Amino acid sequence: MTARTRFCGGLLRISRALRTVALSLVTGCVFSVHASFGAVHGDNDTSHSSGHGTHTKTHNTTYPATRAFPVLTVNYDHVRKPFEISLWILLASLMKLGFHYIPRVSSVVPESCVLIVVGLLVGGLIRLLGETLPVLDTQLFFLCLLPPIILDAGYFLPTRPFTENLGTILVFAVVGTVWNSFFIGVVLYGVCQIEREQLAAVDLLACLLFGSIASAVDPVAVLAVFEEIHINELLHILVFGESLLNDAVTVVLYHLFEEFASEGQVTVVDACLGMVCFFVVAFGGILVGTVFGLVAAVTSRFTAHSRVIEPLFVFLYSYMAYLSAEVFHLSGIMALIACGVVMRPYVEANISHKSYTTVKNVLKMWSSVSETLIFIFLGVSTVAGPHSWNWAFVIITIFLCLISRVMGVVGLTFIINKFRMVKLTGKDQFIVAYGGLRGAIAFSLAFLLPSDHFPMKNMFLTAIITLIFFTVFVQGMTIRPLVDLLAVKKKKQTKFTINEEIHSQFINHMLSGIENVCGHYGHHHWRDKLSRFNKYYVKKWLIAGERSQEPQLISFYNKLELKQALLVAESGSAANIGPGLSSAALLSAQSQKQRTVMKNISKEREEEIRKILRANLQKTRQRLHSYNRHTLVLEEEDEWSTVQLRRQRVELEKRMTHYLTVSASGWDSPPVRRARFQSDSQEYMAKPSAPVSIPAINMELVSAPPGSLALLEEVTDQAQQSQDEGCGMHANSHEEKSMKPNVTFALELEKQKLSRCLSDPGPNKIEVEAEEKEHFLS
Amino acid sequence: MSSLILFLLISVSLEQIVILHNRFNQLSHNSDVLRREDLRKIPDLACNPIQSQIVEAFFDERNFKKGGEGSVQEIGFEEFLTVMSYFRPPETHLTAEQKEEIRRTKMRFLFNMHDTDNDGTITLEEYRHVVEELLSRSGSLGKETAKSIADAAMLEVASISMGRMILKELEIETRMNIHFLNMDTTFFCK
Repeated sequence: MTARTRFCGGLLRISRALRTVALSLVTGCVFSVHASFGAVHGDNDTSHSSGHGTHTKTHNTTYPATRAFPVLTVNYDHVRKPFEISLWILLASLMKLGFHYIPRVSSVVPESCVLIVVGLLVGGLIRLLGETLPVLDTQLFFLCLLPPIILDAGYFLPTRPFTENLGTILVFAVVGTVWNSFFIGVVLYGVCQIEREQLAAVDLLACLLFGSIASAVDPVAVLAVFEEIHINELLHILVFGESLLNDAVTVVLYHLFEEFASEGQVTVVDACLGMVCFFVVAFGGILVGTVFGLVAAVTSRFTAHSRVIEPLFVFLYSYMAYLSAEVFHLSGIMALIACGVVMRPYVEANISHKSYTTVKNVLKMWSSVSETLIFIFLGVSTVAGPHSWNWAFVIITIFLCLISRVMGVVGLTFIINKFRMVKLTGKDQFIVAYGGLRGAIAFSLAFLLPSDHFPMKNMFLTAIITLIFFTVFVQGMTIRPLVDLLAVKKKKQTKFTINEEIHSQFINHMLSGIENVCGHYGHHHWRDKLSRFNKYYVKKWLIAGERSQEPQLISFYNKLELKQALLVAESGSAANIGPGLSSAALLSAQSQKQRTVMKNISKEREEEIRKILRANLQKTRQRLHSYNRHTLVLEEEDEWSTVQLRRQRVELEKRMTHYLTVSASGWDSPPVRRARFQSDSQEYMAKPSAPVSIPAINMELVSAPPGSLALLEEVTDQAQQSQDEGCGMHANSHEEKSMKPNVTFALELEKQKLSRCLSDPGPNKIEVEAEEKEHFLS
Repeated sequence: MSSLILFLLISVSLEQIVILHNRFNQLSHNSDVLRREDLRKIPDLACNPIQSQIVEAFFDERNFKKGGEGSVQEIGFEEFLTVMSYFRPPETHLTAEQKEEIRRTKMRFLFNMHDTDNDGTITLEEYRHVVEELLSRSGSLGKETAKSIADAAMLEVASISMGRMILKELEIETRMNIHFLNMDTTFFCK
């Protein structure tokens, strides 16, 4: 593409984006002219009632005798509220779209910043038109916009790093937030005392309240920024976990200081009660969340017959947990997270694959829209809100927040490092401190302040908004280059290898065993105990059927296989299967990189591989004969061209349909299968591919004749030439060998996929295989 | 004996040695030597799927850092301590070579645990055995599954062509550690 076409293309893109933006802005503004979004206005009611009035006949106005029948009427008031809501959401989504069409901007500025700017623009536009601005209603915020984001975060929380670092996270969240609040509050009070003129009205409690609002790290902002910078797991979970867990502290402190400020005095008893309150709030929230999570898990056990509404349960129970916690002024965020974390392993084992996908996608969609709306409204509210600017207050606030955060992090890390095995380095501390962004929660809390008790509410609001802008814009924009500059470790490319899983589990067991020998009740011991408790007692109740017996390694293995099989199915032929199970390897096979890697295997490596294969082949040959019934007779094949593999596959399929007691039209007639699957009370056989594929593997291994050794060499030589001969010629021996079992696995799971597509019977199950297994065992 | 104590003093602190000595006495019922049965009597260890390998590791001469081979029937306190020292958390102020050395020793320990027939290589059988053990606690599933998983895993190792890479990514030197502090064994004794 020449420079000119590129230039034109770029121009076109930008103009298109601008057009979209402009169009949406205009439509949004025109229709939100009378926006009373969330706030109650008198004229809204009257217009509604007048709207309804024309419909009711119980009006005492005389019905006009002569009137032409109205063919077309306009009644906007009727639909105003939903209309405006939809329009705002549409606006937000279009912004999100447009954002990605401006490439330079999206790589420098985080999305949250752009959205706030858009909100500012929209707000300015509305103000220019002279209309009332919609303000970020706290009701709306806390009940509608925040829960999806938190649920998304909680449901997909990576539990292992979270629990491993739980101590650190808790210390940062609780002690750090308390430190921040008090530090900011006290110093600010001191400053206010010094600056007598305007700030004299600010008393200590008000300052402390302000401190508690300003010190809370905001999960929405943190998520929005950190998601784009891809730092390593540890730092991500530290900052993010802290932002989630400090909600309890913030809630308590906020209510505490609000109470005290309105009463005017504090006693020691009150202070102690405050501390008790903290524990009640935190643990109460967690308890509520756990209860709802367990109920959700139990419910999901019985959804076998109505798979379509499974995702609904997930969402409803979580939302109920949040609302129930809010009823008692417990920490709704912690309830939501606890619910998601508790619910997830059991629900995922019970619901079907499609439902799982639905849950995942809907959560992501909702949280994305929520986040966008929050930032836009933040911008709009900035334009709207009554401001009272005070240079000293604002500057000191920002300064203090930074200082206290840094001091808090450094001080706490010093203490924490004594207890951690993986110490936090200076770089880590810097990122943790720098990543403490404030966001919409702080704004909403400030907005909630009753103005009669707090005459300086506007000043607080202005200061909070400035703080939020500062952290999101300055810190948000600069964190990415800083991360690169400091060479902070980035997120590892995840390679789901079965080996890693095996070794991980092995090491975990070994460590807990050694701990037992030492007599030391450490982290591993308790984790082991918990998982054993989980396995023996909890899973029985919460997971339907046989799946409760499935150990983690198996389910991991199955998931891996499923993933790979789906990839194979998508790519259309067995030809592109890479070696082993790692999907990363699979993908790279398609990019031909694999071939070069294969070629570099040294001779002694090959020798090792051959030794392994030989050992395997010899051993399995003896076992083959005992599985006669399932042995599929195949001609010994010397070449592995695509055609032959395909033929093999077809034959295998034919054999399978022959053995399995499926009606002749079984695979073809969805209604028949659906009818059968309706009565699915079949238990899931823990390893679906086990019964059928084992003979398959054996068969295939044996059918690779001893001459396969010769084949190896032939193949490695041919690797260079046989670019297009597809599957087998992808190069190496172990690749072929792995191809065979993988082909059968792929087949297995393709069939599963097929069945699922047709009638969505359940997580990982084919009814036929249960019957197959019975034959196998008998 | 003294050189060994000297070596151990470098890697394990005196306080930890005292604690471990108490534990050793407790396990061996105040005799000088520890046998396999003594370790097997630990109740929590019985629930561990790889219990036999862990017990074997204590009696495996390759772990005693004396260059021996094979396994012994009973061990004294210094061998017990030597095996425990593999799990000492590393200091923060170590050079890169020292860290590498530590990682290598820990990996060697792991390798020895897998290599049950002491021939210096891990064969498919041994790996399969490991997987079976890991899955053995799950009851219903059995050999076929374990076999196919082990096969697939071995093939994966072969295909990635750098089997060691996997272990490296597991960051052994950070994971394979146990806090020897706060071990009030007299309280928790069984």
